[in-house]
Amino acid sequence: MKSTDPLVTLAAHFAMLSLFAIGGANAGLPEMHRLAVEVEHWMTDQQFADLFAIAQVTPGPNVIISTLIGYQVAGIMGAFVATVAVCGPTCVATFFITRVWDRFRTAPLRIAIQAGLVPVSVGLLAASAWILAQSTDKTVIAFAVTAATALIGFFTRVNPLWIFAAAALLGGIGLM
Amino acid sequence: MSNTQTDPVTPTITHLDLTLSELFLGFAKISVSGFGFILPWARRLIVDEKKWMTPEEFNETFSLSQFLPGPNVVNMAVVFGSRMRGAPGAAVAFAGLLGPPALIATFLSFLYSQFGDADILRRILTGIAAAAIGLMIAAIAKMAEPLLRKLSPSVIVLVITFVAIGVFRFPLIQTLLVLAPVSIALAYWWQRR
Repeated sequence: MKSTDPLVTLAAHFAMLSLFAIGGANAGLPEMHRLAVEVEHWMTDQQFADLFAIAQVTPGPNVIISTLIGYQVAGIMGAFVATVAVCGPTCVATFFITRVWDRFRTAPLRIAIQAGLVPVSVGLLAASAWILAQSTDKTVIAFAVTAATALIGFFTRVNPLWIFAAAALLGGIGLM
Repeated sequence: MSNTQTDPVTPTITHLDLTLSELFLGFAKISVSGFGFILPWARRLIVDEKKWMTPEEFNETFSLSQFLPGPNVVNMAVVFGSRMRGAPGAAVAFAGLLGPPALIATFLSFLYSQFGDADILRRILTGIAAAAIGLMIAAIAKMAEPLLRKLSPSVIVLVITFVAIGVFRFPLIQTLLVLAPVSIALAYWWQRR
């Protein structure tokens, strides 16, 4: 799968990984990080964390991180190719799976598939958080912001934008 | 409620007559209404405002997306669009949902490529990332809670997935080709026990 054209590499990697990102775009983050930082050296760990932050303040679905990574790799074309590659195969898969799924609503195997994939999905998300925290939470204050936000997010229903604004301010004035 | 409702989504949708531009604008509106996890916004527009689906139909469609691979809301838009207007419907729903955020993201990327080295920007982004990771952890905790309560083998699968992907940084595809079947087999055994 090695190719000299980064667009081809990007498309192939992202199309494949999206089929295994069980539980949404954030579940694919560890693999995106591994490919972009460790395998292809498209960006540094820090840049990846920056793009993750930008994706959080861009309106729209989480998958928009792939647009940002694509742009970093190959400009506008990269942004387009990465976005379509991440969505294409899974959209086709979803289309066919939804057609057969309801027919087997009470089948034990269907229930087992559903039950079996949930912990995998949560494990992937936990891995995302872990990997991103290692490149972001390098100071005590940054770590405290993450911990405090986790508690606020778990126990309250505060709009995340307020938390982002407060954290951006803390970061901006140089506390992290 | 199984035999009479083999395909619960189709009946309501077939009598709807949405134009391509209605589909496009609807999903464009969803995309710019929320950040990150935009499912609640999709629900508000599709169920409450436009009444394109009943709450039951919406839940049905989404119980599936929880464990399907890839970007869930995008998958949903494509399925919905194609049921309404075939392939062109799928294409405009996709374009509506991803077009506006992709333009914004591309513009932000451009700014980042110009000013990414500026100290102040970097510090602000670090702050936002730190908070975003916290929110992610909160979401993970909410999802993990019912699993921990039941104390089924799924807890072990969760931990192994986390360690393999997060700590050892194993490649996703090879890891899941092993872990997913094992997890499904465990779940199957657990429910028949």
